[in-house]
Amino acid sequence: MSEPRPAQLQPLPKIPTGIQGFDAVSRGGLPRSRATLVMSGPGSGKTVFSLQTLVNAVRWRRERGIFVAFEESARQIRENAAAFDWGLSGLPESKLFFLDAHLSPTVVQSGHFDLTGMLAILKAKKETMGARWIVFDGIDVLLALLRDPVAEMREIYRVRDWLANNELTAIITAKLDGRAPAVAHYDFMQFMVDCAIRFERRLEHGTSVHRLQMMKYRGSDFAAGEFPLRIGTSGMQVTGPAPAEIKHAASTERVSAGFERLDSMLSGGLFRGSSTLITGAPGTPKTTLAGKFAERACGRGELALFVSFDEGADAIVRNLSSVGIDLKAHVDSGLLRMYSGRTEANSPDEHLMTLESLLREHRPGCMVIDPLSALAKSGSLGAARAVAGRLVDMAKDNGVTVVITSLLAGDSPEAEATELQISTVADTWLHLSYLVRSGERNRALTIVKARGTRHSNQVRELTLSAAGPTLTDVYTLGGEVLMGTSRWEKEREAKVREMQHRADFEHKRRELQFAEGDARARIAALELDLQRKRAELASYSKDNEAHSLSSIERDSELLKLRGADPPAPGATAAVPYPGKPRGANGSGNSGGKKARREARDAT
Amino acid sequence: MQRKRTKVRASSPGVETVVVMRLYISGNAPNSMRAIANLEAICQEYLKDAYKLEVVDVFEQPARALADGILVTPSLAKMAPTPVASIVGNLSDRSSVLLALGIDGKDR
Repeated sequence: MSEPRPAQLQPLPKIPTGIQGFDAVSRGGLPRSRATLVMSGPGSGKTVFSLQTLVNAVRWRRERGIFVAFEESARQIRENAAAFDWGLSGLPESKLFFLDAHLSPTVVQSGHFDLTGMLAILKAKKETMGARWIVFDGIDVLLALLRDPVAEMREIYRVRDWLANNELTAIITAKLDGRAPAVAHYDFMQFMVDCAIRFERRLEHGTSVHRLQMMKYRGSDFAAGEFPLRIGTSGMQVTGPAPAEIKHAASTERVSAGFERLDSMLSGGLFRGSSTLITGAPGTPKTTLAGKFAERACGRGELALFVSFDEGADAIVRNLSSVGIDLKAHVDSGLLRMYSGRTEANSPDEHLMTLESLLREHRPGCMVIDPLSALAKSGSLGAARAVAGRLVDMAKDNGVTVVITSLLAGDSPEAEATELQISTVADTWLHLSYLVRSGERNRALTIVKARGTRHSNQVRELTLSAAGPTLTDVYTLGGEVLMGTSRWEKEREAKVREMQHRADFEHKRRELQFAEGDARARIAALELDLQRKRAELASYSKDNEAHSLSSIERDSELLKLRGADPPAPGATAAVPYPGKPRGANGSGNSGGKKARREARDAT
Repeated sequence: MQRKRTKVRASSPGVETVVVMRLYISGNAPNSMRAIANLEAICQEYLKDAYKLEVVDVFEQPARALADGILVTPSLAKMAPTPVASIVGNLSDRSSVLLALGIDGKDR
């Protein structure tokens, strides 16, 4: 500060620690070539934080560092850190050097000492190995031996000056007793350093909560407030601040909600990346629906994550197989990851972080959390609500289609608000309820809401069989919904009616067919008769002609035989055969007849 | 304790037992200077010539100090006779130094 240089006007260079979430809280990591003070109570993660930062720097940034262990022996620290998957044992001493600054109890103290010698040793070591990082873990343990606050302060200032002169990025850890430093005169350390972080582990409603807070960061902004942290197999993990602006991509792609009838109720299914809440009383098949959703996802070849609370994964797989949902095959193939958590074992924060790391590891497209309401069992409701909200957020950030179940007694839609207040965050809300009527308890499914989706407003009956869940249309009778056997009876009644109707129709149709056939037969008979009559007529007229021809011939023969005079031309008009020549044409029958009669008389 | 005392008693009248010590200092830091002065006074008073003292300046030989497991300065290591002992501080508390070195103050 005493000699301002142009370089100092540039933003403070930061180094990411590589600790999940911390770099977001600190907006980039720790200040380069400055000192960071880490304060915490016992077992709150000072050593883990500093060692993890150092290991990350060595492994991923190829920088070198020195770890000065005042509190525990270097061997103990190495052994403890072996539980993490950092590969610490594989790092050579030339890259990560542990200095055992743990004074043996047999060492006798006589009068004041100082750290000039140690700093000289460290400087030499730093120069030979080219270290850029240094951690003073539990420096207060050594300084407490001085038993003189003034001397302790003098040594701390010595360390600070040394750090400033050596261009080292340093982490100094010190103990906290509650919220204040364990040693009152260490307060000043917070003012001395450029960055101060506090870890705290405390009890809230009987559950241990573990928090991180940035106390100060010179020349930089940071996320204020407390952030949950968790120490797992990969070390420390911090749930960083959620961005104030929501930037979730909204997909129009539909994914199956589990089975066709439900999909058709939702106009094709759920939007990809949306969140769905399934609420219902105990025994309503929430898990079954969720399981079906997961099975469908895996069936499409998607990765899925099934998180259950307070019920073992094996039990879920077994139970769901009884309704035709086969999760085992997908678990075996690796598509489906089952995780069963015990709610009381951890605080909601820790569960959230576990899920976060599961999401990161498995990268599922679909996720089930069954039931989310279990979170409210551990810790305070406020914390559980915050976690539930963040969980939905987290799923959306990752584009994961999530189905959450939540236990909810009662079946009136107005009272259908969940304890975790998740219903406002969920995009789709399915409610399962019981309908007790005529000695039966039947399950009903209602869509309470489905954002951006035209959905059925009808209550459906949800039935379970060995083939899986399905929905059935319900009957309404006199304003009441019929389900179960009442519905079945109604269906049967309708079926009988239908059969009756069909039989009646069939009968009538046959009757008409007969009548038609009859009419046709009669038409055919008449036709035949007509033809016969025509034929008769034809043959009769032919006969007649033949007859008249022969009678003319006979008349003329008779005349010849009698030797009668040929008819006189004058008498022609008087004789009764005026048309005789025409008689050959078949006309002049009357003449013919007369002649025939005459001929008959003559004989 | 008992054992220690008899040993020292046996060695004190004569000059047979030599106390071998090494003092680690850091340049001319005040505590280091005081430690040298304090130790010299003790040696003159109690050990006469029956001691061997090596002074190691950590500024000059940091690697050696590191190898010897030295953390703070000044730091005194007693290598012989057994048992070995190490004392940190400027040695202003004479009685604890004498105790650690196995010298009975009354033997003067």
